[in-house]
Amino acid sequence: MRGSKRSKLLIIILFLSPALIFLVVFMFYPFIMNFINSFYKSDGFIESTFIGLDNYRRLINDDTIKIAVKNTYEIMLYVCLFEVGIAIILATMVDSITKGQKFFRTVYFFPIVISATAIGMMFKLVYSYDVGLLNTLMESLGQERRNWITVKSAVKMVSIPIVWQYIGFYFIIILTAIKQIPKDLYESAYLDGINGFTKTIYITLPLIRNVIITCLILAINGVLKVFDMVLVITEGGPLNQSQILGLYMYKKAFADNAFGYAASISVLIVVLGLLTIFIVNKIFKKETITY
Amino acid sequence: MSKNKSVGMKKKFTIWTLLIYIFLILFAITTIYPMLWVVQNSFKTSNDIMSNSFALPTTLLWDNFKTAIVKMNIFKGYANSLIISGSVVLFAVFFGSLASYILARFHFRGQKFIKTLVIGSLLIPIFATILPVFRMLLSWKMIDTHRGVILPQIANNLPFTIMLLTSFMETIPLELEEAAIVEGGNTWQVFSRIIMPISKPAVATTATFAFLWSYNDLFTSLIIIRSKGKFPINRLLNEISSQYGTDYGLLCAVIVLIIIPVLTVYMLAQNQIVEGMTAGAIKG
Repeated sequence: MRGSKRSKLLIIILFLSPALIFLVVFMFYPFIMNFINSFYKSDGFIESTFIGLDNYRRLINDDTIKIAVKNTYEIMLYVCLFEVGIAIILATMVDSITKGQKFFRTVYFFPIVISATAIGMMFKLVYSYDVGLLNTLMESLGQERRNWITVKSAVKMVSIPIVWQYIGFYFIIILTAIKQIPKDLYESAYLDGINGFTKTIYITLPLIRNVIITCLILAINGVLKVFDMVLVITEGGPLNQSQILGLYMYKKAFADNAFGYAASISVLIVVLGLLTIFIVNKIFKKETITY
Repeated sequence: MSKNKSVGMKKKFTIWTLLIYIFLILFAITTIYPMLWVVQNSFKTSNDIMSNSFALPTTLLWDNFKTAIVKMNIFKGYANSLIISGSVVLFAVFFGSLASYILARFHFRGQKFIKTLVIGSLLIPIFATILPVFRMLLSWKMIDTHRGVILPQIANNLPFTIMLLTSFMETIPLELEEAAIVEGGNTWQVFSRIIMPISKPAVATTATFAFLWSYNDLFTSLIIIRSKGKFPINRLLNEISSQYGTDYGLLCAVIVLIIIPVLTVYMLAQNQIVEGMTAGAIKG
């Protein structure tokens, strides 16, 4: 770029500052403040007293937190197995067909654009005792109506729409990755007699390993952001059995006015997120295969 | 995408292919059927739904939609959503493109640091910022205003917008700008007349995402908006479901009304969305 050094600097500042100001004011500053607030006892307004690690002590002894953390990991397991798993199966299948690829891409992706609120509401109706899709189905099969959301099943029932909504997202990413694999690799494999299922296992999957890891990281990270779906379907209930960290934090802050404690919960969310991503990276990122 | 890609091997229509199609279609049904079920039930009374929710409606009963529009003030919800999401899209994309242009084209001290900061902020979950943001908005008297939702949402959309636009702008050939500079164009002109028009596809992608995110967001408005007249549409849905939880027909109608705008956007910008999603995700 031409122009004097000073005018260049001026341009850089002028163009960058609106975005940076927004990021600093609404992301970085609150992020740091949140961490600081977690050491205070606070009702959310003016009153706040420094209490050191008391919020964290409370965190460790809080049974609901334990349920929420357990639920988070349970949902993560489902998400990795079914969300990314089904996406891989669908992607390899769609890649192998010649007609209708575009149709499947469009249809599988479409739940993602709908809000979790609307999907949550939809599934709440699907599970509903009186009118639910599931109970109507059960009846037509000659079975008894049942309560789908119970203390035992609550986490699984909220996991289903969470998993269901994002399969299409990972499907698209994996399909794109598969299509980027050079065709001659398949051709030589074909000459060696490798085809169909074995081709997928021995060639496709190893080559898109990194993309799958990216998907796993995105999916795991996504679970820590779950909020609307659980709020709408169960509100964390019954008996907190489907409670998750985000929703619990929201309740502590805005129903119980325990801002300081809520801040320590959100620190826990960040720590869990970073830790999990770190572990996933450590486990999977051994070597990369290039082509 | 669906180009013929037979690579030396003949594509025969075998039983195996048939099974694949059956599986793919079955899965497609699981993504579409729940939606159709909601649509068909939105035309029924609660009693009809209870007696058989699978049956197609015998007559198209528009009452649920009428109630939703008149009593629930759905149009007001649309308007509020439009104000919020419209502003978020406008500012996030504009500020985002300005910053992306600098990050893609200029070299200066601290550039790498700023880039890392922007990408890093993708990892900051909203739960970790919302409490202090709430306090700030409270002290600025912005609780229960649209601005109170718009401002943090702009910030939350910027990291993704900047990431996607920067990587797109880096691919624009430098020669185009050099020619303009030789002819005496200043930076703003280069940005607005060359960079932005070329970046149109990427800008459209980020704009669509910003719109969908903002339109679909419940969390921010749940915390910040208090009075019903200011509720964006998702918040309204949440409210209606807790108030009229047993009026199944009405709930279905409201769900349909909320989904219509996103589906329209999806149908219009489908390729953009799908491709943009992958571009952003793979590079990230």
